[in-house]
Amino acid sequence: MKSVPIAIWVVLSVLALFVLAAVLAPELAPFDPLRQSLLLRLKPPGTVLGGRSFLLGTDDLGRDLLSRVLFGARVSLLVAAVAVVLSLVVGTALGLAAGWFRGWTAVVIMRSVDTMLSIPAILLAVLTVAVLGPGFLNLVVVLGLTRWPRYTRVAYGQTLQVAALPYIRAAEMAGCSSFRLLWRHVLPNIAGPLLVVATAEFGLMILFEAGLSFLGLGIQPPAPSWGAIMSAGRAYVERAWWLTVFPGACLFAVVLCVNMAGDWLRDRIDPRSVSR
Amino acid sequence: MTRHLAGRIGQALLASFGVLTIVFFVMRLSGDPTLLLVPEGASAEQIAQLRHQLGFDRPVPVQFLAYLGDLVRLDFGESLVQRAPVLGILAERIPYTVALASGALLVAWGVGLPAGIAMAVWRDRWIARLLQAVVLAGQSLPTFWSGILLILLFGVTLRWLPTSGVDGPLSLVLPSLALGAVTMSSFARMTRSAVLDELGRDYVNAARARGLSRSSAVARHVLRNAAIPVVTIAALEIGNLLAGAVIVETVFAWPGIGQLAIQSIQSRDFLVVQAVVLFVSLVYVACNLLADLAYAAIDPRIRMRA
Repeated sequence: MKSVPIAIWVVLSVLALFVLAAVLAPELAPFDPLRQSLLLRLKPPGTVLGGRSFLLGTDDLGRDLLSRVLFGARVSLLVAAVAVVLSLVVGTALGLAAGWFRGWTAVVIMRSVDTMLSIPAILLAVLTVAVLGPGFLNLVVVLGLTRWPRYTRVAYGQTLQVAALPYIRAAEMAGCSSFRLLWRHVLPNIAGPLLVVATAEFGLMILFEAGLSFLGLGIQPPAPSWGAIMSAGRAYVERAWWLTVFPGACLFAVVLCVNMAGDWLRDRIDPRSVSR
Repeated sequence: MTRHLAGRIGQALLASFGVLTIVFFVMRLSGDPTLLLVPEGASAEQIAQLRHQLGFDRPVPVQFLAYLGDLVRLDFGESLVQRAPVLGILAERIPYTVALASGALLVAWGVGLPAGIAMAVWRDRWIARLLQAVVLAGQSLPTFWSGILLILLFGVTLRWLPTSGVDGPLSLVLPSLALGAVTMSSFARMTRSAVLDELGRDYVNAARARGLSRSSAVARHVLRNAAIPVVTIAALEIGNLLAGAVIVETVFAWPGIGQLAIQSIQSRDFLVVQAVVLFVSLVYVACNLLADLAYAAIDPRIRMRA
């Protein structure tokens, strides 16, 4: 792995730290992220009171911000990860079907892709969550089911190419079933480009979850997610900058690292697209 | 050319129909759309009456046709909360969003295009690396965070600019910066790769061989050819700007259609929410179409091929 540039090692380490912080949040958090205390409202970062220190300060209900940001990492990363997997599975399955069966199947599926791409995803998500009501499950399902078209496009194009190769014809003549062919022979060969899309989508999903939660349509209070913490903190921008600056900085750092890793991955997997 | 035009318009119409269909079914995801529209605490009788009044007791295909018929006549229904036609409510807010999107586009173009050209022309210098870092950061910025940082810096600390609502043209500055940053990054990226593509072509060498300096070769030949993909992206980004306005308008209390959508969700005014989603999506489809037509108008190769 000596060809991996140092910058990418740094980026991956930062991401690993965030994942670790999310997984270990219950051990790392100094306080219960939900415990309120009226005496501790809006204390600035670094406050030490009665032997307890609040490194990032406290929010409008006296909850420890560091603990909330740590638990928020959990929510934000989990929502994005589940939503990416869901859209990857749905989008890839449709793309494989369109590329393999072609004809009407492909026309219907690819026209749906065009239509889905004509509605700005964030607006579709806003409308759907507003109709179904907010909450973790609805959020994941809505994000997952609005973001499948890009995988379908990539999977479709790749499947068309791979399906024309001689070894696929050979396997077909040997009596291999369509499903087995797609699963064993086509999918592994188109996994690279799909992984590139999934990485870029992971960064977007984190931003979407945070945006929806910021608008009050995602994770509901008192549960902490970075977007939800910022949404509550916006009312106190002038008195308590830390409530919006710290969770936003985490969000920015994670998305930046994911995007950098994604760009690098794309250049590695698909040398044609290298932006010189 | 006519065939190309007809084909593209047909595609756009199909996409618009698809958008209308998706929104129709999303509104019915919870089972009964009447429940979205009644005020909280309504009795079963009132709900039944409203259901009948709005035609939600008819078979779904009939409802769908009626819905399409209404939309074709630009009838978005009547808001039950504000007791006014939805079209009027929407029309009042559109100029604000147009102003915001124009401001953001200005930021994106003003910074993104020169940055992209600089990144391509001086690609091995430190300035290109610096710009690339800025572009990458711009792409990863959550608009609601950059918006709040701008409010903290220019509104709270320096007190130079207004931070919320509409109070003269200066109010537009911060929201435009926040919204434009993301678009600026994609313009810069696109311009860079378009200019790089063209710089490698033979005609650049030919122009240089004729004695043109590098900068005049770039200015006279490369930029014209590189403009083709850049124009397309610009039109596509208008749709994204309108969608991004939902968040930015909420941060800056800017009274455009994005803020209208969020306020309407809170006041359970779903016909207004539906109208905003339809409006933005149809503008998006129209922008895609315009981008394609502009592409064909600028580049004869595309016209001839079709």
